[in-house]
Amino acid sequence: MRFIRRTDYEQDINLVQHKGHVLWYGLLLLLVFSAPLWLDRFLLGEFTYVFIYAIAGLGLMLLVGYTGLVSLGHAAFLAIGAYVHAFLLGHGWPFPLSMLFATGFSALVGALIAIPALRMTGIYLAVATLAFAVIVEQVLVHWEAVTGGFRGMAVPKPVLFGINFSDPTLFYFLSLLLLLVSLVLVMNILRSPSGRAMTAVRDSETSAESMGIHLAGTKTLAFALSAGFTGLAGALFAHRLTYLAPDAFTIVTSIQLLLMVVVGGLGSLHGVVFGALFVGLLPQIIAIARDSAPPVVAQIPGLEPAVFGLIMILFLIYEPLGIYGRWQKIRQFFEEFPLYRRATHRRQKTFLRTERLR
Amino acid sequence: MSLLEAEQLSISFGGVKAVQSVSFSVEAGEVFSIVGPNGAGKTTIFNLISRIYDSTAGRLSFSGQDITRVETHAVAGLGIARTFQNTELFEQETVLNNLLIGCHIHRKTRFWQDILFSPSVRRQELAFRRAVEDVIDLLDLQTYRHQIIGNLPYGVRKMVEIARALCLKPKLLLLDEPSSGLNPEETDDLAFWLEDINEALGITVIMVEHDMNLVGQASDRVMAMADGQLLTIGSPAEVQNHPEVLRAYLGQ
Amino acid sequence: MEIIQLLISGVSQGCVYGLIALGFVLIYKATEMVNFAQGDVMMLGAYVAITFTSIWGWPYYWAVPATLLVMAGVGILLERLLFRPMIGEPHFAVLMLTIGLGFVLRALAGAIWGSEPRALQMPYVGDVLRMGEVVVGYENLAIIAGTALLCLLMWLFFRFTTVGLAMQAASQNQLAAFYVGIPVKRIFMLVWALSAVIAAIAGILTAPVSLVDPLIGFVGIKAFAAAIVGGFGSMPGAILGGLLVGIVEQLAGLYLPPGFADMSAYVLLLVMLVIRPQGLFATMQKKKV
Repeated sequence: MRFIRRTDYEQDINLVQHKGHVLWYGLLLLLVFSAPLWLDRFLLGEFTYVFIYAIAGLGLMLLVGYTGLVSLGHAAFLAIGAYVHAFLLGHGWPFPLSMLFATGFSALVGALIAIPALRMTGIYLAVATLAFAVIVEQVLVHWEAVTGGFRGMAVPKPVLFGINFSDPTLFYFLSLLLLLVSLVLVMNILRSPSGRAMTAVRDSETSAESMGIHLAGTKTLAFALSAGFTGLAGALFAHRLTYLAPDAFTIVTSIQLLLMVVVGGLGSLHGVVFGALFVGLLPQIIAIARDSAPPVVAQIPGLEPAVFGLIMILFLIYEPLGIYGRWQKIRQFFEEFPLYRRATHRRQKTFLRTERLR
Repeated sequence: MSLLEAEQLSISFGGVKAVQSVSFSVEAGEVFSIVGPNGAGKTTIFNLISRIYDSTAGRLSFSGQDITRVETHAVAGLGIARTFQNTELFEQETVLNNLLIGCHIHRKTRFWQDILFSPSVRRQELAFRRAVEDVIDLLDLQTYRHQIIGNLPYGVRKMVEIARALCLKPKLLLLDEPSSGLNPEETDDLAFWLEDINEALGITVIMVEHDMNLVGQASDRVMAMADGQLLTIGSPAEVQNHPEVLRAYLGQ
Repeated sequence: MEIIQLLISGVSQGCVYGLIALGFVLIYKATEMVNFAQGDVMMLGAYVAITFTSIWGWPYYWAVPATLLVMAGVGILLERLLFRPMIGEPHFAVLMLTIGLGFVLRALAGAIWGSEPRALQMPYVGDVLRMGEVVVGYENLAIIAGTALLCLLMWLFFRFTTVGLAMQAASQNQLAAFYVGIPVKRIFMLVWALSAVIAAIAGILTAPVSLVDPLIGFVGIKAFAAAIVGGFGSMPGAILGGLLVGIVEQLAGLYLPPGFADMSAYVLLLVMLVIRPQGLFATMQKKKV
């Protein structure tokens, strides 16, 4: 077990807090950066997908895990990022610029959505975002002049200075780089007053307000950032899909994004990465399992969402802290062996009281 | 000029008149207690001062400035900090982070500096941290610095909440039943700390309190209320023996 | 005349939304949980009814009560397996759980009954009522009449029975209700059973009008919008919200370009949330400190 001896206030502020971090995260970086050397093409593509998911997950985690605002409609921001990016590329914009614009535009829409959302909490907000996502989906279907409707819309290849970034290895590095940048940005927010204001709003709005935190401003910021990161993920996602159609951005997608943060572990950035690995790779596992399953099972319509749903149910009942919570328990078990007690993590019984008038 | 002045302050919820035309003023540097039976409107007065509720009539001013309709989140910036009756801490955060949120009103950096963690943000974080450590030292919270609020006992939470309010470096501190849930020993400590806060830090304190010993020991003046109405204002001894106060507590 | 015709079909569709919304509100009122799978429970109810009538060939006067009984059992089963462990957990967690449940139920229905749409044969299907130029199918009338009757029963139940009162008490403060001797767990079980029965009624009423496939549960989302438009937690509000959504949808289909009809429920919801976030019948308050 590690006891950190603190001799300096900066120790709590720095991103890397002790030598253990340097070693393990250094190894991890080495692993992911060398991956194209030893990983086959298919798996490389899958990991690229995981990175893209993780960027979207960062955005959603900021909103759900750190600000306590639930969004059931984040697929809309993914869609906005993807379509805006594809549209601008089609009009000859260089791809970094169009990606940046897609991110910014998505953030702007997020901020606009936050305005009605400010007056709502809990389920009201969740449903409002859901309604927003359905409306966006309908717009994608019916605004054929721009989106191509059900026929879809081709995504031009990301080419810069004659280099084609849709090459699997290059695209892998592009996604990895954007993920790392996003991670650092999110960590910066979380260790500064802006991020603390978000967690304050999550835990007690009344108290946060009386500490001088501007509720509306904080929530708008959280929404905009969240939408921005998800939009960026959407722009990358567009290149993975290569052909955009509305059915890639449905409620099921929104739920997958939420599943990622819940299964990963709410309120932790590790959770985002664990969740992205899980959600990104699960479809492959299901596909493989499907091939070996008897046809009666394999041909069930909607099997994949059902497996997602089942896993979500199991996590919510048995491990609400997600994979990261489980990981911490396992680590603690070995650190304290043989003194680990289950009771340390027993959940306290809680009782709800209504906030209704009648 | 008094630090805080309330003139004919009233609020009603539907037909219930929770506070009716209450006027009082609090001088800079004093400890002012509000006592009264349950439902007298004590906490409501706090909620009016910290602008959680809109008053239906009357006027509130703080160091000469009208704060009757100021925005809720702006109250802290004026120099008014508060605690809550049943503690309203940020449960999933450490004590340290709770106190750092208390420093929020002193923040000078903008969001784009935060996201890049510019050197000015780092300097500001260090300054906040030093300010927080001063408060931790004052209230003896070193042991709990890195613990999550959800895991702390009630008495400690009460103290953390006071500490968080102190991190705002307020001119006026509103304490809502600071001793409720504390054992006698902790209550004694609280009386000393109140003195420190009031005299060493020069913070004016208004507290709602039921423990008459603590009120008598710590406060300069006491206001008694019942059923939303002001009964009397005076020294602790005067108020305790005031016939109307006795009637409010003991009945006819 | 066309407008009256439209209004009637709007009302009958609105009643279906209202019935599902009623299920949402009932569970929310009693347990503070939000059951996003209510639409899928309705779908299940419709399939059970189809199994009894079309597949096993039972007469409808046996099949309908049997369906309600089976669905009450399903409600109790869901409560015991999934929702009892979640008592006292945050709203968000329960919401996510029911969303997951929706996916599972849809796949389950697909596995058992296939994804081909099926029809429920009820004795009154096919007949129409003519009033001047307005023609109304009996299946639509059945929806409206069934909803009205159910509303009356629910009102009586909550107004006059001890169980109804106990449900209200349990919803307002679980711990306090437990302390005064209300068997909170049993009450919750009853509530889930009741809401599943209501969903089944909605399913039986709507199945003759629209064919049944595993995805019809998605109307639950529109019904949810209706519940919120009516002010979540208010039962008359749920029905009214449902009617409003049903009628607006029909009118949007008539006057606006294609695509807007599907969107109109959600636009209505967003507009409502912006203008009057507490819904038609306000039930929320700010947390007390």
